[in-house]
Amino acid sequence: MPPLLSVENLSIAFGGGAPVVQNVSFEVQPGQTLALVGESGSGKTISCRAVLRILPRAAEITSGKIQFNGGAAGSLDLTSLSERRMRDVRGNAISMIFQEPMRSLSPLHRIGNQVAEVLWLHGRQSEAQSKRDVLECFERVGFPDPERAWNSYPFELSGGMRQRAMIAMAMVAKPDLLIADEPTTALDVTTQAQVLGLMKDLQKETGMAMILVTHDLGVVANMAEEVVVMHKGRVMEAGRAEPMLKAPAHPYTKALFDAAPEIPDEAVVGVPAQHEDLILDLKNVSKTYVMRSGKAWSKPTEIPACRQVNLELPRGTTLAIVGESGSGKTTAARIALGAEPPDAGGEVLFKPRKGDDPLAVHSMDRSQRTAFQREAQMVFQDPYSSLSPRMRIQDTLTEPLEIHGIGSASERRDRAEEALKLVGLGGDMLKRYPHAFSGGQRQRLSIARALMLDPALLVCDEPTSALDVSVQDQILRLLEEIRDGKGLSYLFISHDLAVVARIADEVAVMRRGLIVEQAPPETLFWNPQHPYTKALIAAQPEPDITRPINLKLVAQGAGDPDTWPERFRFSDSMVPSLMQLEPGHKVRCHE
Amino acid sequence: MEILRYSVYRFGTMLMTLLVVSVMIFVIINLPPGDYLSNQITELRASGQSAGVAKAEFLRTEYALDKPLYQQYLIWMGFFPGPHGFSGMIQGNFGWSFEFDLPVSEIVGDTLWLTVLVNMAAIIFVYAVALPLGVAAAARSRTWVDYSSAFVGYLGLATPNFLLALILFYYGHKYLNLPIGGLMDPMYEGLPMSWDKAKSIGVHLIVPTFVIGTSGASAMMQRLRANMLDELGKPYVETATAKGMPPARMLAKYPLRVAFNPFVADIGNLLPSMVSGSVLVSVVLGLQTIGPALLQALKSQDQFLAGFILMFVALLTLIGTMISDVLLVMLDPRIRYEGRDA
Repeated sequence: MPPLLSVENLSIAFGGGAPVVQNVSFEVQPGQTLALVGESGSGKTISCRAVLRILPRAAEITSGKIQFNGGAAGSLDLTSLSERRMRDVRGNAISMIFQEPMRSLSPLHRIGNQVAEVLWLHGRQSEAQSKRDVLECFERVGFPDPERAWNSYPFELSGGMRQRAMIAMAMVAKPDLLIADEPTTALDVTTQAQVLGLMKDLQKETGMAMILVTHDLGVVANMAEEVVVMHKGRVMEAGRAEPMLKAPAHPYTKALFDAAPEIPDEAVVGVPAQHEDLILDLKNVSKTYVMRSGKAWSKPTEIPACRQVNLELPRGTTLAIVGESGSGKTTAARIALGAEPPDAGGEVLFKPRKGDDPLAVHSMDRSQRTAFQREAQMVFQDPYSSLSPRMRIQDTLTEPLEIHGIGSASERRDRAEEALKLVGLGGDMLKRYPHAFSGGQRQRLSIARALMLDPALLVCDEPTSALDVSVQDQILRLLEEIRDGKGLSYLFISHDLAVVARIADEVAVMRRGLIVEQAPPETLFWNPQHPYTKALIAAQPEPDITRPINLKLVAQGAGDPDTWPERFRFSDSMVPSLMQLEPGHKVRCHE
Repeated sequence: MEILRYSVYRFGTMLMTLLVVSVMIFVIINLPPGDYLSNQITELRASGQSAGVAKAEFLRTEYALDKPLYQQYLIWMGFFPGPHGFSGMIQGNFGWSFEFDLPVSEIVGDTLWLTVLVNMAAIIFVYAVALPLGVAAAARSRTWVDYSSAFVGYLGLATPNFLLALILFYYGHKYLNLPIGGLMDPMYEGLPMSWDKAKSIGVHLIVPTFVIGTSGASAMMQRLRANMLDELGKPYVETATAKGMPPARMLAKYPLRVAFNPFVADIGNLLPSMVSGSVLVSVVLGLQTIGPALLQALKSQDQFLAGFILMFVALLTLIGTMISDVLLVMLDPRIRYEGRDA
């Protein structure tokens, strides 16, 4: 049987420049999944876009052949097909799912319209029949109420639901080949697990083939039969998934493996740390946002973002808050930094040096506040938007010193150079602008900026979630080194348990504004008690083909709190308290 | 239904705004010391014409100019009985023009709807030109289509309107036998509307529409092009292409819909800038619009005339903004459902 798609010696270049993809070849068999693995800039995305010929305007296929042997169309050479006939292939025989579900749907058109359009365009049936097909497809991808989904606008749906809508759009015309470009990278771990499970089921039902573009070997292990590893536009290693994941041959593949964060299988249950010298102490912090409703005169709704959060951060350690988007983890961090006041009754205490009197963060006077801002700094999630593109690195780094009036101009410069070296960048880069740096380098810059004022506390808000696996590994290592070298304390926010596993001394798992479980990471992974924690751990895709994601466990824990076992259930009015199971291990449950 | 409710609500806020604007207009007109009549009285006294003085004094009491300012305002608006009972703006009495010695309504009468006509024509021209050119320039960015439309656009922006008017009159008359000046053939002035009069107005409208609309169209085109280019880079455009949509249909359905918002929102801004911007053009072209009358009235502190015209322009602006707001709500579900529980 001929392969469904064969790409031979594909090369792509931008406007006559050096090729970004060089002599790439791979084949996709009918009904199978091929994973294209690599870091950003490896050419994996552009290679699979070349299949549909939706490349950026400056990009050009300089050589190679893309042969598609679809069911109805016969054998087609996609590189030489006319644009008109190419349109018949797009969405019909080959469809595509994109990375960002938030932005890949038009905000102004109803979901039903956007999905059904695929059928209208390829004009195979009546409008009524199209709608029936789409509704059926909606039901299949997990919309509880297809009719309602048909009439929804994208902004009314969560990220996971939008990605399901995208999948419905790609599936509705029953294509032979589905290209999924990092379909779950922008999603929470639990949502990712569910979406991957759905894609696998759909594939089984329809028998379509799939090209999965990803940087996550865990996803590969769960999904793919064949793997192609790409690096800098070239294929490094290709072959069956199972042998390759068991024993990667190419050094680059090995490096990818080593960088992938992993939840440890076996761990020693740690001795709970002694909580004596607390640098940060959140006491009974709650935050309720009031949403003005659209209709005048009707009552505004109250949204509890954080409920009764108690957290203690001992000096020199890392406390991680883990949870999905909307769990209240960022709100808690913002309150800890004094960016927002907690509801009445909550208090945040900060003790900059050992033996000092603790300061109440939310009742400081102006000079205390300035001093506090020097001691507590933040590293942001998105290294691309957290550095001003119009400021040289030197200005970005010295600005905090200027604001606090520290040192002379030359002293500031020296300190900036020192900070750059500390984060592993050359001191000669001071004159550059941010655009000259890669994502990982920018995150280093952002860390360097946070360190300029010699703080005692660093709040890291998902500092690695926008980065590739290998870069993520470097940044985590850097953060560890700095913490141990300078005796810093970290409040670390993440949605990824595996990232947290290596850096944190204590982990608090949050869901719907509540801490549901809290323990040192070893304890948490060894003996998770709460169904949501279990779901988070189960949802983590492991680069081990013998341990697929346990979707049942994920579904149990990641669903609505009402579906949890009786012991853990909570509602708006009734919340069980955090119970101490063993020293240092707390779970929110009823007796 | 929601849209109807919003329109009613928006109409209510428009009336409130208009009320506030009326206060501001009245205050601003009365800021310079004296008024038309007191200036005239001083002048007449100086030259010893006591008969004129008596008439002016009579007019002062007649139009309540001897009352305190707040009462003058209330009488002018018609919230408060004047010397002749309730007779102000809301009762349809727009006051007396001292300069022309005629009721304001008679002076502005014809020019009112001609102003609306000229500006409407200009706005339609702006949209009719900017929409296709802007979209084409964005879809074919960095090709000759883009460059030549940008060139024409900048030319339109950079040429002073009155100069453009003179040039167009000259060549329009020379080659196309277009009429020069005015908004209709003098023989139809003052006559009731007829087919011939409408035709004459139509022909006279061509050059003014072009002159008043060109710079607006150029600016709008550039804005639409920039918005379109922003939208074209967004992932949902790629999604649509990956579905197999033909490019023209895709452009119209997705990026244009999104880029349309600022385009629509501009209706509100366009109206006032055109009315005030076209004053000079109206003088040069001899258009019987409200612009030249406003200029004259402000110069001579002819307060009722100036007040009325300013109110009229404010009303046009507010109506424009209201139209664009209601249109936006109809076009964009994100605005429509703001604050609604998802």
